[in-house]
Amino acid sequence: MNKLTTRLLAAAALLSVPAGLSAHRMWLLPSGTVFSGTDSWVTVDSAVSNDLFYADHQPGRLESMKVWQPDGAAGEIQNGATGRYRSVFDVKLDKPGTWKIGSEMTGFMGSFKADGVEKRIGRRGPPQPGAPAPLTIDDIPANATDVKVTESLSRNEIFVTAGEPTTTVFKPTGKGLEFAPVTHPDELVAGEPARFRFLIDGKPAPGLKVTVIPGGKRYRNAEGAVELTTGNDGVVTVNWPNAGMYWLNATATDARVSNPRATERRMSYTTTLEVMTP
Amino acid sequence: MRPTLMLTLGGVIAAPVGAGVIAAPASAGTITVTVPRLSVAEYHRPYVAIWLEPAAGGAARTLAVWYDVKKGGNEPGTKWLSDLRAWWRKGGRSLSMPANGVSGATRAPGQYQIPLPADLKPGAYVLNVEAARETGGREIVTLPLTVPGAKGRAGGSHELGAIEVR
Repeated sequence: MNKLTTRLLAAAALLSVPAGLSAHRMWLLPSGTVFSGTDSWVTVDSAVSNDLFYADHQPGRLESMKVWQPDGAAGEIQNGATGRYRSVFDVKLDKPGTWKIGSEMTGFMGSFKADGVEKRIGRRGPPQPGAPAPLTIDDIPANATDVKVTESLSRNEIFVTAGEPTTTVFKPTGKGLEFAPVTHPDELVAGEPARFRFLIDGKPAPGLKVTVIPGGKRYRNAEGAVELTTGNDGVVTVNWPNAGMYWLNATATDARVSNPRATERRMSYTTTLEVMTP
Repeated sequence: MRPTLMLTLGGVIAAPVGAGVIAAPASAGTITVTVPRLSVAEYHRPYVAIWLEPAAGGAARTLAVWYDVKKGGNEPGTKWLSDLRAWWRKGGRSLSMPANGVSGATRAPGQYQIPLPADLKPGAYVLNVEAARETGGREIVTLPLTVPGAKGRAGGSHELGAIEVR
């Protein structure tokens, strides 16, 4: 891996920090998840904020946004634009089946001491024009002490279906925390429990913490968050009291790092699910 | 001329009901669906789907879908079929439109008759009627039926009127 790539990855990792470290939540909000025919477009909002789904803090970043067509081939986002609080883009759903839209980010963050001076790797906050590129994990010298580096892997993705739902886009890569739904995410109905499996490195993830929060926070008093834990089979069962858009997030921490300099691996999975009326 | 004129008038008045009756000589029963007249500022005829599901679960059988068949271009009439969301999920999405003997144009307020298929196997079914209206509401009415001898009555509250099988 060349240095530039490593730097880019480190930079990308910063974007995942709001979801992992603070209450700020990354979210994608599609205009719909169920479409008829292959003439439809989905338009998606992307932002980072506390309350769902109100864009009032930071826009999502479009550079890392990817599209998986129903057959797994790469698609493209169109008409992307970034405003003060929110990014927007469109995807033309010109093939039948289930599409995946989102971003995967990996990178390293932390600090070390070299010759008595503490230095940081990875950048905090958004990129500043003219600022020097942040140090990366490859910049840690052999004689460094107090090396504290965390590897982070995060996914933030949504699923939209034109016509009949398909499952090709759920095929796991075997890397990090992944979503392997038992109930199709575009077939969710209020009052019908849904089952979702989570995988870590391709294997079912038992005891995983999963948070489900309904949108529309501004129009009720309670946050309405539901905390769930996966069973031994890595499966969590979610009950939907009402129809609407729900934000789902799962996080996990372990020590299976991909670079010996890192000591901890933090993984995060985020999706937005639309629940229909019966 | 006078008797002919009378017949024509009679035919026009009976048309919505009459068409279904003529097409259903060997029917196991007849479903009557009422599209209510609504007093709203902007009225569009509803999309309606009528289908049967075995009471014990199983594949849905669509009997009729009324949608904007003629609308083409960038936003064809099929675009809003998924607004009949229960029907869409239970099998509508796997039908290709227009479907022969099943799909048709949206209907004006009135009563319409659809024959129960003559080849329906004896057993318990649930009849579903779902309506979704542009700038309006959406409603689903279900009615349990036992074949043969299907009989029953149910009513919608807003988007659908009386649903009757006999």
